[in-house]
Amino acid sequence: MEGTLNSGDTAWLLVCCSLVLLMTPALALFYGGMVRRKNLLSTLTLSYIFMALAGVQWVLYGYSLAFGTDIGGLIGGLNFLGFAGVGALPNPDYAKTIPHGLFAAFQMMFAVITPALITGAFVERVRFKSFLLFSLIWMTLVYDPLAHWVWGKGGWLGAMGVLDFAGGTVVHIAAGYSALAFALVIGPRKGFGKVPMEPHNIAFTVLGAGLLWVGWFGFNAGSALAANGVAVNALLTTNTSAAAAGLVWMVLGWLDGRPSTLGIATGMVVGLAAVTPAAGFVSPLAAMLIGAVAAPICYYAIRFRQNRNLDESMDVWACHGMASTWGMIATGLFATLEVNSAGANGLFYGNPKQLALQFLGVVVTIAFTFVVTYVVAKVLDMSIGLRVTTMEEEVGLDISAHGERAYS
Amino acid sequence: MLKKIEAIIREDKFNDVKEALREIGIVGLNVFEIRGHGRQGGVTLVGRSGSYQVDMLVKLQLNIILSEHNLEETIEAILNSASTGETGDGLIFVYPVEEAIRIRTRERGHEAVMYPGDIDERKHRGKT
Repeated sequence: MEGTLNSGDTAWLLVCCSLVLLMTPALALFYGGMVRRKNLLSTLTLSYIFMALAGVQWVLYGYSLAFGTDIGGLIGGLNFLGFAGVGALPNPDYAKTIPHGLFAAFQMMFAVITPALITGAFVERVRFKSFLLFSLIWMTLVYDPLAHWVWGKGGWLGAMGVLDFAGGTVVHIAAGYSALAFALVIGPRKGFGKVPMEPHNIAFTVLGAGLLWVGWFGFNAGSALAANGVAVNALLTTNTSAAAAGLVWMVLGWLDGRPSTLGIATGMVVGLAAVTPAAGFVSPLAAMLIGAVAAPICYYAIRFRQNRNLDESMDVWACHGMASTWGMIATGLFATLEVNSAGANGLFYGNPKQLALQFLGVVVTIAFTFVVTYVVAKVLDMSIGLRVTTMEEEVGLDISAHGERAYS
Repeated sequence: MLKKIEAIIREDKFNDVKEALREIGIVGLNVFEIRGHGRQGGVTLVGRSGSYQVDMLVKLQLNIILSEHNLEETIEAILNSASTGETGDGLIFVYPVEEAIRIRTRERGHEAVMYPGDIDERKHRGKT
């Protein structure tokens, strides 16, 4: 069965693809503001490089491993190597009304930002060469298979009925738990917990959070893969969850002292990450609850992480990992066929089985991403070393790794 | 005898201090932006989740070279204008100065640090 191109859908997805691309520079700013000034360029580069690295990997073989013809539910075949046959005609397995090449490009932007999210775990101390190698291995061994399991035609989690609208598992839980594993292996920054590590420019972080919110419309509403009612619902739920989480976070911060700007911006991003798996399956009011509950979960996850003296520096686990863990479970509670007939009903609409499936999706994603990342990071650490020298760390990675400085 | 006043003050009191000094006729001064802490030990800032301690605060260091007979009046002006009564108001140090030389005119000592309309000229005017 051949699909028929729809110019409205195609135009919308072209826009969404660009919006999701914008999220990687936004993330670079979001993280860049929170590091010390001597590591700004390094931190920006850790995110930006994926527009190049994943941009090449995805065309060469990444897309094929994720979305190629299914092999045992575990991995895609090699039939789309080098984007062979990925062109102007639709691929009815994924999106009937837009060119296959556009679906692949839209997915590429997800493959770009996901490994960039992880970099928050190891900023200010990672060796650039080891990081590049780790990233290539991670994209190949973790991202591509997981994307296949959840979104690939025949992928085993998707086939079982696990719902993940825009990447709660594939993007946020994967990035969050991989960040946690990597942080455990690489260890804390020199002086962590003893000397203050103040964010050097919170304005960058706030600007980054704002641009992330804009980009997230493409990320979530675009995941409808059409310009239709589901896309509009996803846009509404995305906005509502971010809004609720931002407000609740503001109150939590206020109760602990002052409503900090950094806190409000963090809350907004947490709301966005939480609603990501649910966006196209739940109502805006359910999304409000999802965002409102995500805020305290992540707020106290940061506290928990701090109390353990664990230097998962930008709280990728506490914010993205925990937010989307809750979002996946919330999908199993609030999903309704009234919003999306291609989805499922959740517990509150009389289908407890969906909740169990969502738990399964979460547990599998956490176990798979954490274990593989931990092993890969450990092997690299023991062989070529993950960290820069103490001297290079003290000088800052802008000078020691890139030979330049952000501020002259 | 020339003296140097080194006053470490709050960034936010700088305009008050500058105004007070201008009032008594201290014309020349320069300022460093410095970082540090005293007995106060730093401040608490609010982060993403809860607060954190920052121990290096931005302060301003004023440097003034003046004749010894103007010292107390100037110190009094700084004390009055820089004080809030809270911890973190700062400190004043006074040093002897060996020599001062104005590059343009090669004047030395008192002559080198005198300006038209400054504190000495005002006193002089007051007497006559």
